[in-house]
Amino acid sequence: MTKNIMIVGVGGQGSLLASKLLGHLLLTEGYDVKVSEVHGMSQRGGSVVTYVRFGEKVYSPIIDKGEADVIVSFEKLEAARYAEYLKPGGRIVVNTQQIDPMPVITGAAAYPEDLIEKMEALGIQVDAMDCVALAEEAGFVKAVNIVLMGRLSRYFDIPVEKWQQAISECVPPRFIELNQKAFLLGRQ
Amino acid sequence: MKQLMLGNKALARGLYEAGVSVVSSYPGTPSTEVTEELAKFDEVYSEWAPNEKVAMETAFGASLAGKRSFCGMKHVGLNVAADPLFTCSYTGVNGGMVICVADDAGMHSSQNEQDSRHYAEAAKIPMLEPADSSEALAFAKKAYEISEAFDTPVLIKMCTRIAHSQSVVETSERVVPKPKPYVKNIAKYVMSPANAIRRHPFVEERTLKLKELAETSDLNWVEMGGTELGIITSSTSYQYVKEVFGDTVSILKLGMVFPLPDQKIRDFAEKVDRLVVVEELDPIIENHVRALGIQVSGKDLFPICGEYSQNMVASVLGAEVHEGKKLGEDLPIRPPVMCAGCPHRGLFFALAKNKCTVLGDIGCYTLGAAAPLNAMEMTLCMGASISAIHGFNKALGEESEGKTVAVIGDSTFMHSGMTGLANVAYNQSNSTIIILDNSITGMTGHQQNPTTGYNIKGDPAGKIDLESLCRAMGYQRVRVVDPYDLAACDTAIKEELAAKEASVIISRRPCALLKYVKHNPPLVVNTDKCIGCKSCMRLGCPAISIKNGKAVIDNTLCVGCGVCSQLCRFGALGGAKE
Repeated sequence: MTKNIMIVGVGGQGSLLASKLLGHLLLTEGYDVKVSEVHGMSQRGGSVVTYVRFGEKVYSPIIDKGEADVIVSFEKLEAARYAEYLKPGGRIVVNTQQIDPMPVITGAAAYPEDLIEKMEALGIQVDAMDCVALAEEAGFVKAVNIVLMGRLSRYFDIPVEKWQQAISECVPPRFIELNQKAFLLGRQ
Repeated sequence: MKQLMLGNKALARGLYEAGVSVVSSYPGTPSTEVTEELAKFDEVYSEWAPNEKVAMETAFGASLAGKRSFCGMKHVGLNVAADPLFTCSYTGVNGGMVICVADDAGMHSSQNEQDSRHYAEAAKIPMLEPADSSEALAFAKKAYEISEAFDTPVLIKMCTRIAHSQSVVETSERVVPKPKPYVKNIAKYVMSPANAIRRHPFVEERTLKLKELAETSDLNWVEMGGTELGIITSSTSYQYVKEVFGDTVSILKLGMVFPLPDQKIRDFAEKVDRLVVVEELDPIIENHVRALGIQVSGKDLFPICGEYSQNMVASVLGAEVHEGKKLGEDLPIRPPVMCAGCPHRGLFFALAKNKCTVLGDIGCYTLGAAAPLNAMEMTLCMGASISAIHGFNKALGEESEGKTVAVIGDSTFMHSGMTGLANVAYNQSNSTIIILDNSITGMTGHQQNPTTGYNIKGDPAGKIDLESLCRAMGYQRVRVVDPYDLAACDTAIKEELAAKEASVIISRRPCALLKYVKHNPPLVVNTDKCIGCKSCMRLGCPAISIKNGKAVIDNTLCVGCGVCSQLCRFGALGGAKE
C-alpha cells in the first residue's frame, strides 16, 4: 500500500530539504519512492507543495484529494488550504507560524481565525507546534524544516537513529549538529 | 547503485553516460535543471546560449563536427528554435543530436499550454517521451542511437511532472563513442533549394523506417490485463492510469510518440472491447488512431486544458475517486509575489505612480502586473515588449508616446529584445524602453547570461555592456537609474517620456537573492511616529504588514532596501543605512 506525505508551505521556507531528507531515508529503508516538487514562478513567495510517496511500487508522482496520510505544513493557512488532500482520519503536523499572503497584506482579505480548531472539527488529527521557537532554541532559525521532520518521525516505525543518519547524509557538515538538535527538539 | 533522482537530472545523467560532448541551452521552467546538471560534468562542454535558436544551431554545429550534442528548452523555447529545427530534420546529423523540450501542462510557470508533440509531427523528427526518471536516463541513450542510425535529430519530450519529480534510477559509466570525422558534404548540409529538394524525399523515407522501429522497439510496449478496457497512453498519464487501474486493464504504453506504430495500435485495439486514449493537452495519439479507422474515445471524455491526475482519470473512466473534507470557507489565495528587496519593485512603483501604460515581458518582473502595483498591461512572449511598444506607438502616435513604456529583463533582452530595439532605432518610433538589469536570469533560478560576465560554471566570461550596445544602435538617450531610489526613477521616467526621441533607461540593481548581494539590517518601525496611513503598503512588499493600526516589518524577510522608508512622510521607517 502506497503511503503519501505532503509537505506544504510558502515558497522559500525550505521544503526542498525536508523532501530530500524523506526521500533519502525512505529509499534507504527499501521502499520505491517518488518525490514531486514545483520550481519556477510559484516559488516566489507563493503557496508551494511537495509530494512524497513510498511503498512497494509507486506510480503517480502526485498526491490527489483524499489521499494523503500526513500533511506537514510550514504555515497554518497552507495546512488549511490542503486539508482536503487528507485521507479520512489523516493527520496534519503544522508549524503555527502565520505568514500573511498578499491579499491579506493589501487588506483585500482577512487571515482566517481559529484554523487549527476548524481543522480539528473536520475530524483531522492536528499536531500543532511553534517550530520557529524550537528552531531558535536549536540555535538555527532556518531549521524549522528539520524541527517538522522531528515531529513527523513520531508517526513512523523507523528507528530514530535512521532519521539521524539521514540528516547527517543530507545537510552540509557544518550544519549537522544544529540540525540534529532541531530534529530532537521537534520529536520530543 | 540505486538512487533517487530528479527527472531532469536523470536525463542529464543519461546524456552524460551516452557521451554527450557539447551542450548549449537557454533556461526555461521546467527544463532548466537538465543543462545545470550537465554543467557539473567536467568532461562535457556546457553553456547558456542567449536564446534557444542559438542553442540549437550551436548543438547542430557540434553534431556537424562529429560529436554528440544536446540542447534543452521549454515548450515555448522550441517556437524560438523552430527555424533550425525544421531544416536540421532535412540535413540530418553527423554526431548524434538530441533536443529536450519540456511542456508545462497546468502552466505552473508558463504563458501558454502548447503541446510540443505537434513539432515532432510537423518537423518529422522522432520524439521519445519518458514516464519517469529511469526512462529519462535510458531514453537519452536510446535517442543518440536512433539519431545516428537514422541520420536525424531526436526530440525528448519532458513535462513538469516528469521533469520535477524524483524517482529511482540506476546509473552506469560514461561511454564516449568514437567521434565521427567531419566530411565536406554540400548536398547534405547546404540547404539551398536544389539540395533541399533532394533531402525532402530522404526525410519521408526516414519516417517510414522510423515507423518500423516504432513497431519493434521496446520503447512501446503492451501490458495485457482485463480486455474490457484498453488504454493507449504515455508520459505522466501512464502513471495516473497505473495508479488507478494497476494490472486490471490492458495498456499500450508509448515511449515513442512520433512516429506512431500503426500495426501495434491495430493489434492492441483488436484485443480489447473498448479503446480509450489518455493523453494530456491535444488529441494527437487519438486523432492518429481514429485516422487508422479505429473506434476510440479520448477528448470526448477528457479535457484538453490543464493537467491530469489519478482522481481525474478515475472519475472519467468510472473508477473509485478519493475525496477529502475541506474547510467550509474560502481561504485567501497566496499568489507568488516579488521578493522583499526585489529591485523591480521600486521601478514598478514609479511606473504605477506616473500612470504609465506598461508593455511587459517574460520574467520575475511579470509579477509587476499583480496587485497592489497592477503596473503591467501586456505580456506575450520573450522580447515582445520592445517590438510591441513600437507598433503601439506607430498606431497611436503622440497619444501613447508620452505615457507608454516597454519593460524587459537583462536576460530576456539578450534573448530577443535586441532585434526589437534595432527596429525602434531603424524605423524610428518615439518609444521609451526600460531594461530591468538585475544581473541574472531570475525566474528560472539564477542562470548567468551574456550581460553578467560569468559563464554557466561561474567562471569569468565575455560581458556585453548594455549602454554601449544601445548607443551603438544609435540611441542618444541612454541612462542608468538605481531602482531603490524612487525619486531618481520618477525623474528618469518623466524626462524620457517627455523626450521627443526614443530612449533607453537601464534600471540596474542585482537580484536581492544573489549570494554576493550584501543586505542592510532589517528596517525598524518607530511606533510613536507611525500613524498607520498605509502609504508603505502600496509597495506590496511581503515584509510589511499592518497590525493593530501600525506598520510591522517581518525581520526574517526584510533586507533593508529602504524603499518603503522613502514613502513614509512621518519618518517612521528607519534603520536601513545604519
